[in-house]
Amino acid sequence: MLADKDRIFQNLYGQHDWGLEGARKRGAWDGTKGILEKGRDWIINEMKNSGLRGRGGAGFPTGLKWSFMPKQSDGRPHYLIVNADESEPGTCKDREIMRHDPHLLIEGCLIAGFAMGANAGYIYIRGEYIREREVLQAAIDQAYDAKLIGKNACGSGFDFDLYVHHGAGAYICGEETALLESLEGKKGLPRLKPPFPANVGLYGCPSTVNNVESIAVAPDILRRGAAWFAGFGRPNNAGTKLFCISGHVNNPCNVEEAMSIPFRELIDRHCGGVRGGWDNLLACIPGGSSVPVVPAKQIIDCPMDFDALKELKSGLGTAAVIVMDKSTDIVRAIARISYFYKHESCGQCTPCREGTGWMWRVLNRMAEGRAHKKEIDLLLDVANQVEGHTICALGDAAAWPVQGLIRHFRHEIEQRIDAYSAHPHSDSVRVAAE
Amino acid sequence: MAKLIIDGQEVDVPPEYTLLQACEAAGAEIPRFCFHERLSIAGNCRMCLVELKGSPKPVASCAWAVRDCRPGPNGETPVVNTKSLMVKKAREGVMEFLLINHPLDCPICDQGGECDLQDQAMAYGMDKSRYVENKRAVEDKYIGPLVKTIMTRCIHCTRCVRFATEVAGVPELGAIGRGEDMEITTYLEHAMKSELQGNVIDLCPVGALTSKPYAFQARPWELIKTESIDVMDAVGSNIRVDTRGREVLRILPRTNENVNEEWISDKTRFVWDGLRTQRLDKPYIRENGKLRIATWSEAFAAIAARVKRAGPDKTGAILGDLVSTEEAFAIKDLMTRLGSANIDCRQDGAALDPSLGRASYLFNATIAGIEEADGLMIIGANPRREAPVLNARIRKRWRAGDFKIGVIGEQADLSYDYTYLGAGPETLATFADHKEAKLQKQIWLIGQGVLARPDGAALLSMVAKAAVSAGALKDGWNGFSVLHTAAGRVGALDVGAVPGKGGKTAAEMAKKKALDVVFLLGADEIEIEPGAFIVYMGTHGDRGAHRADVILPGAAYTEKSAIYVNTEGRPQLANRGAFPPGDAREDWAILRALSDVMGVKLPYDSLADLRRSLVAAHPHIGKLDQIVPADAGDVKKLASLGGKTEKTPFKSPVSDFYLTNPIARASATMAECSALAAGKAREAAE
Repeated sequence: MLADKDRIFQNLYGQHDWGLEGARKRGAWDGTKGILEKGRDWIINEMKNSGLRGRGGAGFPTGLKWSFMPKQSDGRPHYLIVNADESEPGTCKDREIMRHDPHLLIEGCLIAGFAMGANAGYIYIRGEYIREREVLQAAIDQAYDAKLIGKNACGSGFDFDLYVHHGAGAYICGEETALLESLEGKKGLPRLKPPFPANVGLYGCPSTVNNVESIAVAPDILRRGAAWFAGFGRPNNAGTKLFCISGHVNNPCNVEEAMSIPFRELIDRHCGGVRGGWDNLLACIPGGSSVPVVPAKQIIDCPMDFDALKELKSGLGTAAVIVMDKSTDIVRAIARISYFYKHESCGQCTPCREGTGWMWRVLNRMAEGRAHKKEIDLLLDVANQVEGHTICALGDAAAWPVQGLIRHFRHEIEQRIDAYSAHPHSDSVRVAAE
Repeated sequence: MAKLIIDGQEVDVPPEYTLLQACEAAGAEIPRFCFHERLSIAGNCRMCLVELKGSPKPVASCAWAVRDCRPGPNGETPVVNTKSLMVKKAREGVMEFLLINHPLDCPICDQGGECDLQDQAMAYGMDKSRYVENKRAVEDKYIGPLVKTIMTRCIHCTRCVRFATEVAGVPELGAIGRGEDMEITTYLEHAMKSELQGNVIDLCPVGALTSKPYAFQARPWELIKTESIDVMDAVGSNIRVDTRGREVLRILPRTNENVNEEWISDKTRFVWDGLRTQRLDKPYIRENGKLRIATWSEAFAAIAARVKRAGPDKTGAILGDLVSTEEAFAIKDLMTRLGSANIDCRQDGAALDPSLGRASYLFNATIAGIEEADGLMIIGANPRREAPVLNARIRKRWRAGDFKIGVIGEQADLSYDYTYLGAGPETLATFADHKEAKLQKQIWLIGQGVLARPDGAALLSMVAKAAVSAGALKDGWNGFSVLHTAAGRVGALDVGAVPGKGGKTAAEMAKKKALDVVFLLGADEIEIEPGAFIVYMGTHGDRGAHRADVILPGAAYTEKSAIYVNTEGRPQLANRGAFPPGDAREDWAILRALSDVMGVKLPYDSLADLRRSLVAAHPHIGKLDQIVPADAGDVKKLASLGGKTEKTPFKSPVSDFYLTNPIARASATMAECSALAAGKAREAAE
């Protein structure tokens, strides 16, 4: 179990003062000037050595991402963008950072901005996070007043301005290029890549989009050293991580833990175990609604990290662990997730626009059993046709839960169909509406 | 150049190429819906996916640049497959998705037979449908009298949105809603305010946007397609006239990079219903104040008698805006043979004179040259109304950046930003002795609003002076560019259809008692004062016919083979798509027959003979589709002429874009558009 002294987010539960005073007591803004004085290369190198992988879901090494920014400006300004559009169902880590420990984020923004030569940072905050935005804005004002950011931030000679932009509540705006579009005042439609934001990002200028957690852990990594951070977790999966455990556990919670903690230990230690005991566990979605579901027997002893979950054909995603016990109607559950993606598809590209609705409709019927067994393969085929064929990853995110369901719970769907067809129904399965 | 291996074949292509272009260079066919060469890349239909070795997912070839292809780990040439199983599956998948919510109403769809979706579904789709859910239905939108919408058919390629925003410069179309509820609309369901909106019909790959006037008229395979030239403005847009039997059923653009790219204006596209109504199909003679149907010989005899009585000095001819070069040549020839110097092709009184050299009345910079230019001065013109397709070219250049535009004249919405300098000659005068501008290729665009006024000649000289002093004339670049509004004007000027020695101009001929007999060759925009005997040769019962004493029914531009010289001085050949109605004949043949009756027989018995004489006299007209550059020295000479100018502000000659000629005035569609535009203008004023 992660020792209290190793926790980065000391005020995760909001028991202490979120303001500058309190944050300083917990170690924030300590020696920030010194960190900046060590220079860009040192910061980026240290971030690379820490092994921090992006906390937004894809797990791209953060240090490497920062290093993609041009070393010298070609005349265009650089921008740091913090993705606080935390909308993935099951995920609720960034809001805790923003309302209870905002100064870690602000300090991280300054350091990250310095490391990539960005004099301006934008925090794109989810539309529904109103109180969080208020706290964050208040914290930014405090930081300005204390001359920690703004002109000559922390007395380092580096100018850094930080702005909070309030989104309008679209899931797709959490996709980095859609976020940039939205930030520019346009409709939140993902852009084609390449060019990547590091070359052509916000207003056509080099930009880096990072998750809140990735940025907020940066100051502590630099203060305590890359080796300290890299000491947690298995190789290539370093560090501590906020887990958001929800669903059928006795005490759903947010908790900071070391990476690669086994699932069973995570649930037993922090959540008081699975509701009705471990034998009652049906399945788990380990990384937010977009990753494929993993059945109980595979997940129980699995280390919770990027690589181990990838081996199970799932993913760590945002580490939003959704636990489902045997009372769960798994087909219905996935159908609901499918509805979410159908609802949030931006409609720009064909496979996602058309495919998400199709998958949802078929799944909905399957949840009742009103389907043919051959449609299970059809559904899988449709999911495969969506996955990897879209502009952004929303298509993948919509396809994965469906693929996971069929991979592990095909028998469940078949039983449902059998049960339904065993009883004659007046409205039979519709034939092709041509 | 970058090397690529496409389907096993190595090709060498420029690195800025997209994969789609590279694949085409390698001879591989890539299906696409959203991609269009002249629009920005959307990459949203996903039909053009190809396999790029090393990439886990197929990539959208329309959006992936060759330079973005990374070499293999040992520096191998990037490998692209367009025929692999992965690509086939991807295309089938995308096609299936496009079709699940597309209605299978091809039998009642106007796009049937020329539908990209139909064709590509045949080539790349699966054989049967697997979709058993209900299909989506979308409410149809009103976007004006020209474009019919059946939005259920929309596949959301956004070509129309991009066209309206980028080319037409009216960002009125957009997509609302998201996911499968996304809909293309003008949002408030008002009509589009563009004079290029018809092009979205061609751009739409499915039957979502179709032509409203053409709705349910014909199937594409029933139509005979004739390549022709548009006469609605002086751009000379290349068109294809689709006919069934006698009737023109629609007009579509042809691609000509030098002229209209692949756009045409709405007037060009939708004027065809005007070719059916108000037509003159019989000769008429006015007796006791009333026109009665006559035979050709009666009409000719009446004319010959009057001409004989009047004598050459009291006979004259005014050429309208739509006359072809052959007709202008023939009437000029006829008048010369009659001994009359009274001939004029400038019914609006524009101060253009072929004796000042061709450079004085051509758009010397050329339309394609707009894209090379770095500065543009628009004087007394509203190119958006006078030549919408040319205006689209200006906008295209403006969008590319680093393009200075100044306007002297009306301050109108031209669909691009410009610096407004002033309204009239006084502003122009400040440029007359300007220091040389720091621009390499300037265009001084001179509208008819400068020329068609009493001080036109002086103003033309002043513009020439200004252009020369600002440095618009350089080696290999002549930026002095006159924008015409009449399709026949340049051809008529080329053949010298202007008053000869002692001859009267159009305005003088129109005066009371100036002439006894006036031939009006489709000249409807001039008022002849009472007294003279009017012979009207034309196509429509328009103003000229109302005033006429003898009417000789002629052929419209779709009904004859003719050469038109556009504003750049580019002769282009229009072919005959249909036959003239009733007893109407081709105008040159009428002139030839009439000349015989008058005893001054024109020496050509066929159109080929006529053309031979025309080209012998004016060789440059024989060089079809080519521009023979005019001598830039003439502009300098023009600059030295000088003259006295007035203070009246410049005014564009085209006040109503939709009703500029007799054909358009006979069109119900154009009338509706005109009323709508007028209503909008009123609304805006309120």
